[in-house]
Amino acid sequence: MGQIQLNQVSKSFGSVEVIPPLDLTIEDGEFVVFVGPSGCGKSTLLRLIAGLEDVTEGHVTIDGQDATEVVPAKRGLAMVFQSYALYPHMSVRKNIAFPLRMAGLDKAQQDKSVAQAAEVLNLTDYLDRRPGQLSGGQRQRVAIGRAIVREPAAFLFDEPLSNLDAALRVGMRLEISELHKRLKTTMIYVTHDQVEAMTMADKIVVLQAGVIEQVGSPLELYQRPRNTFVAGFIGSPKMNLIQGPGADKYGAATIGIRPEHIDINEEEGLWHGTVGVSEHLGSDTFFHVQCNASHEPLTVRATGEMALEYGAEVHLTPRTEHLHKFDAKGLRME
Amino acid sequence: MARAVTTRQKTINSLAAWAVGLLIFFPILWIFVMSFKAEGDAIKTPLEVLAAPWTLENYGVVQERSNYSRHFANSVILAFGSTLLGLLVAVPAAWAMAFVPSKRTKDILLWMLSTKMLPAVGVLYPIYLLFIRLGLLDSRAGLVVVLMLINLPIIVWMLYTYFREIPGEILEAARMDGATLHEEILYVLTPMAIPGMASTLLLNVILAWNEAFWTLNLTAAKAAPLTAFIASYSSPEGLFYAKLSAASTMAIAPILIMGWFSQKQLVRGLTFGAVK
Amino acid sequence: MATQHSRSAARLMMAPAVVLLLGWMLVPLTMTLYFSFKKYLPMRGDSLANGLDWVGFANYARFVTSSSFWPSVYATLVIVGGVLVITVILGIFLALLLDQPMWGQGVVRILVIAPFFVMPTVSGLVWKNMFMDPVNGFFAHVWRSVGAEPIEWLSQASLPSLILIVSWQWLPFATLILLTAFQSLDQEQLEAAEMDGARWPQRFVFIVLPHLSRAITVVLLIQTIFLLSIFAEIFVTTQGSFGTKTLTYLIYQRVLESQNVGLGSAGGVYAIILANIVAIFLMRIVGKNLDA
Repeated sequence: MGQIQLNQVSKSFGSVEVIPPLDLTIEDGEFVVFVGPSGCGKSTLLRLIAGLEDVTEGHVTIDGQDATEVVPAKRGLAMVFQSYALYPHMSVRKNIAFPLRMAGLDKAQQDKSVAQAAEVLNLTDYLDRRPGQLSGGQRQRVAIGRAIVREPAAFLFDEPLSNLDAALRVGMRLEISELHKRLKTTMIYVTHDQVEAMTMADKIVVLQAGVIEQVGSPLELYQRPRNTFVAGFIGSPKMNLIQGPGADKYGAATIGIRPEHIDINEEEGLWHGTVGVSEHLGSDTFFHVQCNASHEPLTVRATGEMALEYGAEVHLTPRTEHLHKFDAKGLRME
Repeated sequence: MARAVTTRQKTINSLAAWAVGLLIFFPILWIFVMSFKAEGDAIKTPLEVLAAPWTLENYGVVQERSNYSRHFANSVILAFGSTLLGLLVAVPAAWAMAFVPSKRTKDILLWMLSTKMLPAVGVLYPIYLLFIRLGLLDSRAGLVVVLMLINLPIIVWMLYTYFREIPGEILEAARMDGATLHEEILYVLTPMAIPGMASTLLLNVILAWNEAFWTLNLTAAKAAPLTAFIASYSSPEGLFYAKLSAASTMAIAPILIMGWFSQKQLVRGLTFGAVK
Repeated sequence: MATQHSRSAARLMMAPAVVLLLGWMLVPLTMTLYFSFKKYLPMRGDSLANGLDWVGFANYARFVTSSSFWPSVYATLVIVGGVLVITVILGIFLALLLDQPMWGQGVVRILVIAPFFVMPTVSGLVWKNMFMDPVNGFFAHVWRSVGAEPIEWLSQASLPSLILIVSWQWLPFATLILLTAFQSLDQEQLEAAEMDGARWPQRFVFIVLPHLSRAITVVLLIQTIFLLSIFAEIFVTTQGSFGTKTLTYLIYQRVLESQNVGLGSAGGVYAIILANIVAIFLMRIVGKNLDA
């Protein structure tokens, strides 16, 4: 079991309130991602759940038990840190076995659990090495192994992939997702990378300045962002947000249209503009177009390869069914 | 990227550096040579000294006549005693400052450092008086405490910088893994801190071994370490170069060897982290 | 990261060190301050038990007006200044030299650093007797071998001799710190300067020296604090004669040799104030570095 509930939880450092009171429920077995720009309080929130920080007000409930005053070790959670936080003086085997040793399990049980975890994580050949002798990806796996053997109520991940290079990151992302499918244990994952959030999460919690902007499945967030912040944060490349006359026509303060929802051609369309830089990815082509509807250049995605010269005149047409409208406060209009 | 250096350039560098190095080291080398010469030969010209027969007799004489081994034992007791006692007091303090920093941590560290800057001579008489009153004059116990106190700021400071290099996340990981504070210190912090503690021990033993204000002023015959014993050669009778050399060699050799191992710590320990 | 529980534990763990150092600082300091306002000549029967006479600032006035005061200030300044100049300048060159590629770098480093580990009484006595003795010393032999009259180092050239001895002891310290600073210099900065057309002397002046400036300041400050209180080197060589009586040595003589505790204590207070002026600058550098 691993249901976690936050009731009116807030955190202040001195007189600075980094997290105003918030409520959040994480269901058992869910993969929840906290995402937001750096400094948004997502790591602090995770550490409040872990018990590494005291909550200022409110209650943390784990599986129906009030855990607010419970020390980290007794909450039954496991955490994977950004720096991996492996014990450098212990072998991989000892690192993974450490929580079991702390729990007072006998040697045979420790060995059995370590062997299992090592098998799952492809670490069997490295058990007698020190962390210093491992690559970044292997260290990451050891950190996960150390978390798995505890059989925790929930896993907490604090930006675990940010120290890996791009290729490894994609691989580890898959491994963690697979692990979740297999273990079906609650996982809370903190990242600033919305791609990680979109690809891994059952439920995304978007945070800004300690405030939850929206909670929902990746598709909900993509299709129905609650406000301009979420609209701009989720999706890659970013949603185009247009203010002024272009938006007035739709009776909104701001309209949003994703790059993939704009049609581009050289003959005719709603808006008119000139092509700036084009980015050719092979599968897609992105154009940055300065157009009459917006001060900022719009990003437009065309599927496959499309050749338009720098400075070419083009016409753009947004697909109205995918248009997002926001009011003056930035909130979604229905 | 290192650039290829011509052999010629490297040869010139080497010759110059070795020449300077030997020049600086020469007085120590000379002590060493002299210690193996007869007293009568030791006052001759340098070339004659080199040509004179080698002998071990000075080491025997120094041992017999002056109770050298007792002074040596005093030095060992004072240097290690004061440093170990200092570590005992400093480890918890440095741990607290490194891992539970507060707004005042920096002020406390700087204040501790400032006590190290207090000129000893300014408090000579009060300490002297207290030692007389407490019956500590010429006692090893009293000196151990004084040497501990004068090096305590350096010990705290060095440990603090070492501890701070231990990432806090590792201690949090231990906490998440179910370790109690006690287990966290025993299984995680201590093994990671041992290299730093060893370095701190080494440098402070050296400093205490060579301390020559309090050891000269607060001891007589009984508790005098080697610094004070060697100082007794300043009013010599008869020929004494070879004996002085033998005594000096024995006094500096152990610390020279320890010192070579602690070059790096020297910078860290004596600049309080101001130079990296 | 800290929780309430760990905060109180931390305070408890710091307590012994703080209390000990506080006592070590306050008790003797208060006593020195107290004595400095009293007439206290233990040899003439003054004692704490009988009560001491209050003399106001008389000791302070007498200390600075005594005939030995200004000479001692002069000796202190010459020794400290001389050693600083020599160790920093030679230290820079030595560090530069040791930073070059060469054979046996490790061994050379060891040779250069060694004097720092020689106890002050040994270096004082060895230099005095085996090198500077006008009859049997190494220098005397060398001087005679070229037909020159040996110099009576510690009486005719007492201050330069002491500067030589103390510089020999402290040169390794300066060298080591400056070498450390050299090695932290970003090589790409030098290469960038080279690409920008700076020749070696220009690179040294515009890139290397500014990089070293902080290390040099630290060397100057730390050495000043230690050099202000050198004692053993004078104690075993000249005993303060031939114009080598520094402020520290003067105070020592007032307190322990002539047993004028009141006067010596007033001198001690001056020394403490002087050391603190230097210390403040050092603290500011160290403090800044703590924040980084």
